[in-house]
Amino acid sequence: MTIEVRKPGLSTTVQDAGRTGYYDLGIPPSGALDQYSLRAANLLVGNAEGDAVLECVYMGPELLFTEAAVVAVTGAAMVPKVNGEERPQWESFAVDAGDVLSFAYLTGGARAYVAVSGGVDVPVVLGSRSTYGLGALGGFSGRPLAEGDVLPVGSGTGTAGRSVPADLRTTYSKDVEVRVMMGLYDHRLSRDGRATFLDTTWKLTPVADRIGFRYSGATLETVDREPPFGAGQDPSNIVDAPYPIGSIQVPGSVEPIVLHRDAVSGGGYMMVATVLSGDLDVVAQSAPGTRTRFVEVDLDGALALRAERRARDERLREVLG
Amino acid sequence: MTEARYSWGGDEFVFVELAEEMSLQANFRAMAITNALREQRPDGLVDICPANASYQVRYDPDVLDPHALMAQLKDLEKQVGDATDVALPTRVLEIPVLYRDPWTTETLMRFRDRHQDPDGTDISYAARINGYGSEDEFIAAHSGSPWFTSMVGFVAGLPFKYQMVPRDRQIVVPKYLRPRTDTPKQTVGYGGCFSCIYSVRGAGGYQMFGITPAPIYDPTQSLPDFTDFMVFFRPGDIVKFRPVDRDEYDTLLASVEAKEFRIRQAPVEFALAPFLDDPDGYNARLLEVLA
Repeated sequence: MTIEVRKPGLSTTVQDAGRTGYYDLGIPPSGALDQYSLRAANLLVGNAEGDAVLECVYMGPELLFTEAAVVAVTGAAMVPKVNGEERPQWESFAVDAGDVLSFAYLTGGARAYVAVSGGVDVPVVLGSRSTYGLGALGGFSGRPLAEGDVLPVGSGTGTAGRSVPADLRTTYSKDVEVRVMMGLYDHRLSRDGRATFLDTTWKLTPVADRIGFRYSGATLETVDREPPFGAGQDPSNIVDAPYPIGSIQVPGSVEPIVLHRDAVSGGGYMMVATVLSGDLDVVAQSAPGTRTRFVEVDLDGALALRAERRARDERLREVLG
Repeated sequence: MTEARYSWGGDEFVFVELAEEMSLQANFRAMAITNALREQRPDGLVDICPANASYQVRYDPDVLDPHALMAQLKDLEKQVGDATDVALPTRVLEIPVLYRDPWTTETLMRFRDRHQDPDGTDISYAARINGYGSEDEFIAAHSGSPWFTSMVGFVAGLPFKYQMVPRDRQIVVPKYLRPRTDTPKQTVGYGGCFSCIYSVRGAGGYQMFGITPAPIYDPTQSLPDFTDFMVFFRPGDIVKFRPVDRDEYDTLLASVEAKEFRIRQAPVEFALAPFLDDPDGYNARLLEVLA
């Protein structure tokens, strides 16, 4: 079975749970930026929770189904329509051969996830079907979808009418808190610089894609130093080092950038904190203009949040499994 | 030898800085520690990423206890010590370079407003601030000594290379004042004390000196150098840049297009202590394998 792309949307890519084991050579994990929505969408249509789906940013695609299938749309609030008729989100619904799936305007969040029973069946590259655009790797020909593409879909056995309970659906706000662990090169910040980082309400700029999310709001004060050999003259320069996924770098001490799942794997700017893996979903659903506070937690706090997220995943599996 | 600095990178990463400043020794320690860790490979370890003077690991804290991992990394640091007695089996590679090529020249002219020297070129600027009398002398220095691949990354397969000469002879050039939004694929670049080769077209802040016809990243794996893997470079690879003229560049490019091109290479063993004792003599012997 196949899906024909009538309109690609703003930037629609094939993504799954991501690839591991190649970050040391500059190949990042990729995969759905909002992993919870990925799992929910897949479970709704009877797929394995890490199967490949479509990630749609800000504006959805228009897709023609050549055969009947079961579909679910999770993530950003972007109402799906079948032949122009609205369908619910966070619920599975049926499409027939010849049906066209389209989307209303975005009203909350940033990225919607479209799962189809059977999963999007592009070739597995280095253990994943996820698109890594910078490296022209994986996904559909290593790039976002274009008009006229024909997407292969596996065979599945989904059931229409399944639903994620209200308390397990993500809701979206233009004011968010993102939990971080300080560290990495945060000693480059002065006491005031550190306080500014944690006290500022940052605003997400339009520079927000799968590689990184850039925020504006304040300049961070650094401590004076003699630049170490190989680092460079700017106070924010370091000897090029590896970047954790979720790490927050501050080039030129202004406009922090949260690196996401298509991250550049290393570089020469000080990183001062790392977003907790679970809160990368929150960053993923931030649209430009989102007011963001970075809230510090320690390792124990981070592990507690992780356990909370795991318990929520477990409930999702119980309800939909 | 400085004490390493350990930091959590959120709930899934540990970051370790072996030295604040760049040196071959710090890089060698990063490589020795990560190589040893690969052999031990505890369950729950997801990625092991050596870098210039630091490294990071990604792990699953649901499987591998964070404090146990941290203790293991600190043990490895002690075991590896200064790493001068470690011998690294690696290879010497020859990368042909068309310096001052038309494509990077066109690109650098487009972004002159972001450069320290808007009236010059990247290579004329780098030659001047490093005290070379001419661009030709600068090119002779850049291509005269071998380079040690101290890190692979930024984007897929991009090698960072550290010049294998005493520090007082190392080329140092700042990055662009503001990064470019475009860099041709296979540009030979320079930032800080590192030379690099851009594996893909895209944004970049390193100065641009030339271009190589040699592909170093091939996600379609259609060239003979890429039958095993799509990324060519590995940390530890030793590189010799060889200047070529436009005619030879075109000939090499034709062999790339015919899917015949291979990067010249030979296996070697690299040891830090004898190199540090006599860099020039050691380099001369290293490069003999390509003769």
